[in-house]
Amino acid sequence: MSVEAEAAAVGRTAGHARTQEVVWHHRHLLDVDVVTWPEIELIMRTTDEMKGVLARPIRKVPALNGRRVTTLFYEASTRTRVSFETAARNLSADVVSVSTATSSVTKGESLVDTIRTLEALGAEILVMRHSVSGAPHLAAEIFGGHVLNGGDGWHAHPTQALLDLYTMRQHLPDGDLRGRKVAIVGDILHSRVARSNIWSLTAAGADLWLCGPATLLRGMDRWATAWDGGAIPGHGRFHVTSDVDAAVRDADVVMALRIQRERMQGGLLPSLREYAARFGLNAERVSLAKPEAIVMHPGPMNEGVEIAPDVAISGRAVITEQVANGVAVRMALLYLLAGAHEAAVGHEAAR
Amino acid sequence: MTDRQIMTGDEIRRAIVRISHEIVEKQAGTQGLALVGIQRRGVPLAGRIASAIEEHEGVRPPVGALDITFYRDDLSLVAQQPIVKGTDLPFDMTGTTIVLVDDVLYTGRTIRAAMDALIDFGRPRAIRLAVLIDRGHRELPIRADHVGKNVPTSREEIVKVHVEEIDGNDEVSIGRLLRVDESAAADQQ
Repeated sequence: MSVEAEAAAVGRTAGHARTQEVVWHHRHLLDVDVVTWPEIELIMRTTDEMKGVLARPIRKVPALNGRRVTTLFYEASTRTRVSFETAARNLSADVVSVSTATSSVTKGESLVDTIRTLEALGAEILVMRHSVSGAPHLAAEIFGGHVLNGGDGWHAHPTQALLDLYTMRQHLPDGDLRGRKVAIVGDILHSRVARSNIWSLTAAGADLWLCGPATLLRGMDRWATAWDGGAIPGHGRFHVTSDVDAAVRDADVVMALRIQRERMQGGLLPSLREYAARFGLNAERVSLAKPEAIVMHPGPMNEGVEIAPDVAISGRAVITEQVANGVAVRMALLYLLAGAHEAAVGHEAAR
Repeated sequence: MTDRQIMTGDEIRRAIVRISHEIVEKQAGTQGLALVGIQRRGVPLAGRIASAIEEHEGVRPPVGALDITFYRDDLSLVAQQPIVKGTDLPFDMTGTTIVLVDDVLYTGRTIRAAMDALIDFGRPRAIRLAVLIDRGHRELPIRADHVGKNVPTSREEIVKVHVEEIDGNDEVSIGRLLRVDESAAADQQ
């Protein structure tokens, strides 16, 4: 099927009509694959309201007054952690920040024990980052409150995908991604950002292209072929290619992913310099995209590797907007999750 | 279970006109006056009061919309997080007299939340309250300055305000509250 025909097919089925009131019933948010398109639109609308709060003279509302949010990060992070904590404080929640480098984890405490301890200390919403895929799912099974995945291994980074979607919608006419070409270039294999974006962007009806060296796309082509969109009906397909020019050409959105040196176990890349030459987003490559295309990066950036410094600070780059929108998206999710009570979600297991 | 009509469209219109006169009289004019409707049905009602004031004073006071969702004190009690409807206050409220407008005054908790929300936007000279229906059963020391109609009710009853802009017709009726209808109960606050 041609790209255009696919995109059109998606547009018809993705349910973009202004939906009536949607009720949020997820107790946890572990990935975007369990969230329906109307629920994603609810998140986007709630994020709009949170942006409104952030534009006020007093950037704080008492919505989560007295609720306890704990961030538990087993992996280094600046923006995600600060973003979550800022979001929680903007909603007047009490924030406890656990850094595993200075916690009993270094004494050998297990994940399960740590979570039980934090719950006993009063944690109600647990924001968690872990280097092992699936760790937040385990947490959700044992934790009595709400679990929000702040990134797990190669698996998922739902808040990043949602803030990416929100940022793209801000820059596209009517916030409509149907048929819009989105190219994600970089280390797809190790990227939880790419994996979560596959769900939300195909649900939005985008024409999604994943691009990187063959070694960093391993398995993705089979996934693309077998892709049935899982829980989200009306999804589009996505494309996988190592031809960066084809991926970027006429794109509406170009997103660079970080080359994750810490996950690079020898042999996947000849050298960073070769990667920069063949796949790095430089001004010349970006000029293949539409004139009004935006350039995104989930951060932190390796400037000169996956993105050239002049591209990162160019007028097309919306990287700092992504960071600012991240606070609003996380406020929206904390707000929605905090309202999902046992009674309403009792039927829903660890989702 | 049948609903009993307690206000017709005409009665609502007359109540709005009377309230608009009361507001201008109390303020001695329209100088420094602004109306803020509470989402949802307070918003069209505020617009109508502003139009009525414009009709007899020749000046339309600014109208804003206030969503109090983030300021509610019962977020941990309702079954689902309420949907946020949007706040739009297109004027500087410092030094103005704000007339809050809502459809039903019941426990007073919505108004408490609305005052907290307003004060986060600036420092009004005064805040007054206009409601279409006062149904009693206050849980906080709050009273309305302007009331369309006082309606004695029991807590088991539910007051339903319909406005043309949202519901397609103008009417106030009273019915029995179904216990399962928690969202409607929350709306009545």
